Amino acid sequence: MIHSLFLINSSGDIFLEKHWKSVVSRSVCDYFFEAQEKANESENVPPVIPTPHHFLISVYRDRIFFVAVIQSEVPPLFVIEFLHRVVDTFQDYFGTCSEVAIKDNVVVVYEVLEEMLDNGFPLATESNILKELIRPPTILRTVVNTITGSTNVGDHLPTGQLSVVPWRRTGVRYANNEAYFDVVEEIDAIIDKSGSTVFAEIQGVIDACVKLTGMPDLTLSFMNPRLLDDVSFHPCVRFKRWESERILSFIPPDGNFRLLSYHVSSQNLVAIPVYVKHNISFRDGSSMGRFEITVGPKQTMGKTVEGTVVTSQLPKVVLNMNLTSTQGNYTFDPVTKVVSWDIGKINPQKLPSLKGTMSLQTGTPKPDENPNINIQFKIQQLAISGLKVNRLDMYGEKYKPFKGIKYMTKAGKFQVRT
Amino acid sequence: HDDLKEMLDSNKDSLKLEAMKRIVAMIARGKNTSELFPAVVKNVACKNIEVKKLVYVYLVRYAEEQQDLALLSISTFQRGLKDPNQLIRASALRVLSSIRVTIIVPIMMLAIKEAASDMSPYVRKTAAHAIPKLYSLDQDQKDQLIEVIEKLLADKTTLVAGSVVMAFEEVCPERIDLIHKNYRKLCNLLIDVEEWGQVVIINMLTRYARTQFLNPNHNESLLEENPDKTFYGSDDEESKQEEMDTALLPKRKPYVMDPDHRLLLRNTKPLLQSRNAAVVMAVAQLYFHLAPKAEGMFEPHLKSFYIRSTDPTQIKVLKLEVMTNLASETNISIILREFQTYIKSQDKDFVAGTIQAIGRCATNIDEVRDTCLNGLVQLLSNRDELVMAESVVVIKKLLQMQPSQHSDIIRHMAKLIDNIMVPMARASILWLIGEYCEHVPKIAPDVLRKMAKSFTNEEDIVKLQIINLAAKLYLTNSKQTKLLTQYVLNLAKYDQNYDIRDRARFIRQLIVPTEKSGVLSKYAKKLFLAQKPAPVLESSFKDRDHFQLGSLSHLLNSKAGGYQELPDWPNSAPDPAVRNVEVSEWTKPSGREKRKEKVEKPFYSDSEGESEPTESADSESPTASESESMSEIESASDSRSDKESDEETKSDNEKNKKKARKEKSKKRDESEDSGQSEGEEKTVKKRKGKEESSSASSSSSSTSEESSSENSSSESEEDSESDTEKKSRKKSSTAKPSPRALEAKQKEISLLDLDDFSSSPTFQTSPSPNTSSKSLNLDLQGLTLTDTTVPSEVVSPSLGAVKTYELLHRITGEGLSVEYCFNRRPFSPDHTMVSVQMQFTNNSETELKNLRIGEPKLQAGMRMQGFKDIAILQPGQVAADTLGIDFYQLLNPSAGKLMGMNEIKEKLTLPEQFRSDQAIVQRVMSIANLGRVPCGLDNEYRFAARTVSGGALVLVTLVTKDGGMAQLTINCEKMVIGTMLVKDIMQALTQ
Repeated sequence: MIHSLFLINSSGDIFLEKHWKSVVSRSVCDYFFEAQEKANESENVPPVIPTPHHFLISVYRDRIFFVAVIQSEVPPLFVIEFLHRVVDTFQDYFGTCSEVAIKDNVVVVYEVLEEMLDNGFPLATESNILKELIRPPTILRTVVNTITGSTNVGDHLPTGQLSVVPWRRTGVRYANNEAYFDVVEEIDAIIDKSGSTVFAEIQGVIDACVKLTGMPDLTLSFMNPRLLDDVSFHPCVRFKRWESERILSFIPPDGNFRLLSYHVSSQNLVAIPVYVKHNISFRDGSSMGRFEITVGPKQTMGKTVEGTVVTSQLPKVVLNMNLTSTQGNYTFDPVTKVVSWDIGKINPQKLPSLKGTMSLQTGTPKPDENPNINIQFKIQQLAISGLKVNRLDMYGEKYKPFKGIKYMTKAGKFQVRT
Repeated sequence: HDDLKEMLDSNKDSLKLEAMKRIVAMIARGKNTSELFPAVVKNVACKNIEVKKLVYVYLVRYAEEQQDLALLSISTFQRGLKDPNQLIRASALRVLSSIRVTIIVPIMMLAIKEAASDMSPYVRKTAAHAIPKLYSLDQDQKDQLIEVIEKLLADKTTLVAGSVVMAFEEVCPERIDLIHKNYRKLCNLLIDVEEWGQVVIINMLTRYARTQFLNPNHNESLLEENPDKTFYGSDDEESKQEEMDTALLPKRKPYVMDPDHRLLLRNTKPLLQSRNAAVVMAVAQLYFHLAPKAEGMFEPHLKSFYIRSTDPTQIKVLKLEVMTNLASETNISIILREFQTYIKSQDKDFVAGTIQAIGRCATNIDEVRDTCLNGLVQLLSNRDELVMAESVVVIKKLLQMQPSQHSDIIRHMAKLIDNIMVPMARASILWLIGEYCEHVPKIAPDVLRKMAKSFTNEEDIVKLQIINLAAKLYLTNSKQTKLLTQYVLNLAKYDQNYDIRDRARFIRQLIVPTEKSGVLSKYAKKLFLAQKPAPVLESSFKDRDHFQLGSLSHLLNSKAGGYQELPDWPNSAPDPAVRNVEVSEWTKPSGREKRKEKVEKPFYSDSEGESEPTESADSESPTASESESMSEIESASDSRSDKESDEETKSDNEKNKKKARKEKSKKRDESEDSGQSEGEEKTVKKRKGKEESSSASSSSSSTSEESSSENSSSESEEDSESDTEKKSRKKSSTAKPSPRALEAKQKEISLLDLDDFSSSPTFQTSPSPNTSSKSLNLDLQGLTLTDTTVPSEVVSPSLGAVKTYELLHRITGEGLSVEYCFNRRPFSPDHTMVSVQMQFTNNSETELKNLRIGEPKLQAGMRMQGFKDIAILQPGQVAADTLGIDFYQLLNPSAGKLMGMNEIKEKLTLPEQFRSDQAIVQRVMSIANLGRVPCGLDNEYRFAARTVSGGALVLVTLVTKDGGMAQLTINCEKMVIGTMLVKDIMQALTQ
């Protein structure tokens, strides 16, 4: 299935290669570079590139291209999904998935990749099992290792793969037993010129951090499970219980994992927590344009909107901007023509605004389209869909765990057309 | 590399490890370290496990290049294969099989065979992984490997299943016969297999099913074929014969889905909820290729395909494609409005794609053709040439459909020829003018004049069209254009491109009559100016249907190596008996079977067997304890940031619990031991604060019920399901004697259940009824269009307090009194039933024994699921239980024919006290379990619901006017329910 993997950084260097079958020369990446050149932006590189003898399937994450080399028919999503799993695993192991982190831990990376695929077919992709096989590096362990010469490789052999619950290692022990759940919802929305919602949808996830001794069996129920639409589960969740009772019943993996992701579909009403007033105008023949944005809270259920950042890709004719903001800082990159305004918290009493002029290239006609505005924001302690966890029960173990739920709402792909 | 060699030769493990780490880092960077092979391979037997691992990594990487030296390591692995530890056996086999050295093929073969019958499933899995490795090394081993595959296919563990099917796909995908005996097992195990294995198995089973089962859309496709036949069959008799054939066909071959086919569809369905996109895609393609077709699945999701400026190009293209395919008469206006914003985008390739999409919409939907055309004509004045050119090309195609009406557009385009430089667009304009020169008799020759002037500088496709134009004009208007034509032909005669020279020669012979030119020139006009069929604007994704969906070949639209063709359905099904297993272990209830194998007990599969008892047990307990536990988790939330607050909340927690306990005990005092399963309506009344939340949870669970009933209806091929449907269409009378009369009176209330608003798109797609008023239709459309802009607070409805009714008075019951209420909760054992909460009180001095439901006298179609017998009821004790009744909906006698909504209107006068918003909503809600639907108007109230048993939609509108006048409108498929509801709401609002 997957022959080889090349990791390529943004400047086009292949900084890691791994082969699971016979070696494929790295010159195969030339086809990739060719396609990369054609696509003006990194995101636009086609995910599947056919070459005379191979197929290149790639994902772009954390400013690294993960290019898999395929020789014969395989569902492209299979490879893409696997590559994402590789990135997730690296993030899990090293905290971030950057070129530096990978280079610093190249041996661990290599060992992990060796375990994840056998002859190109996925072998161990569950992070619980991998961590039993190869321990993630910690500062303490690195120090100890250098002194004692001991290793990152687990000295006892993994048992998880052989157990009934392949995603959970056995013999887990904690002094403090805790189970935390984060309900994080992202609003994807398109707002039109007049401020009305063209499309809005909520993408939610429940991320869990479960540190419980033994083999706990958890059930999590919601006050309003009917909100959830198009749900996808971690393999540990029992489908049957969900289907019949709308209850999440599962034996959790140890540590951090994503329990559930869901949509709240566009057919439900989605509360839009911010609004944008904008006045962006270009005039034909003038070398000046007006730029004015005000952001304010809308339906926030009484919570504060924070971490607000407004970005906009301006047309090429804009040479520079001269703006003043009532709150936060703005930057304009004259090369990429992106204006970015970091607002932070929105105070409903004193709405932040950004006003000023744009200097335009003279002699060029005004652009057809006003720039779109992208917004990021965060609202703590609120799940905008109204989803609420009802209760969490634990069976199978005697102790009383500590439980916690946190809600958060974020902007996903939140775009305002102007 | 001398230093590395030295380190490897040293005795210290730490030095060896350091050396190996540096070597591996070099391999990772792509550096060649093959010269270190002898030094490294010596360490293969090293005791240090990490050194060993890194040596393995090195070995697998370079063994192919250093075959002789690699052999030195083989004996180590052979020893490992005999190790008592299963993990060491597996690891030895894994490395041994990864060394691509042809000489060891016999050793590998032996090792695989042995491992395939190993005790440990993990070793067997490794054996399955090794099979394709050996096969790629030596294809002659195929026969022997197939034997191993056959053996491993029979393995019953989930661990092995995915890997062996992978091996099957790589080695012998054509041996579909090996699957027969394992088919049912694979279907049943599927949910427990790891995700990657699931993808492979699902794809393989798709192919298998295509060879073994009949096309579930068979009848349909036959019917579709027939018009084609009549198209070719010229005389009437034949077509009549055919009509008879089609009439007979369904009778002759009634299609019944093979149970195994259904098994596959059913067992893959839950995997649609996998987190792994590849699994979801695999199931989707399986349904696409194997399931009966469903129409209109994606229309409600149209908005999900709206394009953001930040989407990558390939996503934009795909989304456009989807939107174009979803375009229909009902949604085209929305789509076009959306397209309009795309046209202004800065991404010009995307704009060009949008223009093509508009063109396709225009050809597919007659109603909007003119609108689209006008829009595109406006684009002709766009500043961007690419946009303009694309518009020209699309307009050309559209005009071909009805040229006579659009000569003004042709004239407009003729003017553009001066500005537009894109060759394709120029060629299109010229073709248009030539083709329809009769519509623009004055302009055409002038265009030719201009073109003659610039001929030599044009692109080839433009030149060809100039020649075409000249020829056509010569034929229609030779007076004005004879000289021009000859000039153009002369230029073309000496053109560099031989196509153009050929064309010129050909055309000259055809149009200019000479002595030599034969009969053909007489027909020149017919040849050139024949009526041409309008082109069909087709999707660029159209021709890849023959590939299996979701495959690499499908994506690239070219066959990739190793692609397995998806076979066509067989005409008659092969013998289904081949899938029978002699020792039919897998047909037994799987739960028992699993328990025998302790270690490999799958996680999910057995839940099927056990699900029923747990379900019924759960249905009682959660209701009572719900309200208590909520407080627990609420206080626990938001407190993870620091330990201190943790502590606090913990103690809070305990306080809360204590409180709850106290309250509980108080209650007990009051009602003298109300028992564990106290009716929760009491709790609700007591704790007003909790009322809202618990009602919310009850309403939420009602959706779960709904969706599951939807599930069951989607599987309605099952006879029982459709039978009940049929029955429910029969009329049942309204009169109701017996003590149940009370319930019967209230039944229309409980038949209604809160309906989530998400069903709004189904309004649109449901067959639009003639009986419903136009205004309603408009209203419904308005709803779906504007729903996103309405504030969301209206989503969760608040239910009024639940009314209790008396079933048996304590005097008539000789001390036993029974009260009941409709608690508006789903009845969990059967979702089509309405749950009725009963409360038994013993008011006598003696204990009552053995309370149970006698033989209920139910009307045809009605079903009842009673409560458990109450063994003993102490004096003064109160017991509660729920029973479920399927009232079987009183139905409209003509429902069979007259589908759609019936509308009932009534005028009423509201008394003073019911004129406020709140009062009206509260009164209506108290009568029926309706959901409030947002509405922009102040004086209008809308409610919606769906009946529990039949899922019929009910819409209630109340418009208030000055002076307390009001008009009540109820729309419902079921006339009887409508009338009864009108009566009850009227009563509630006027008294």
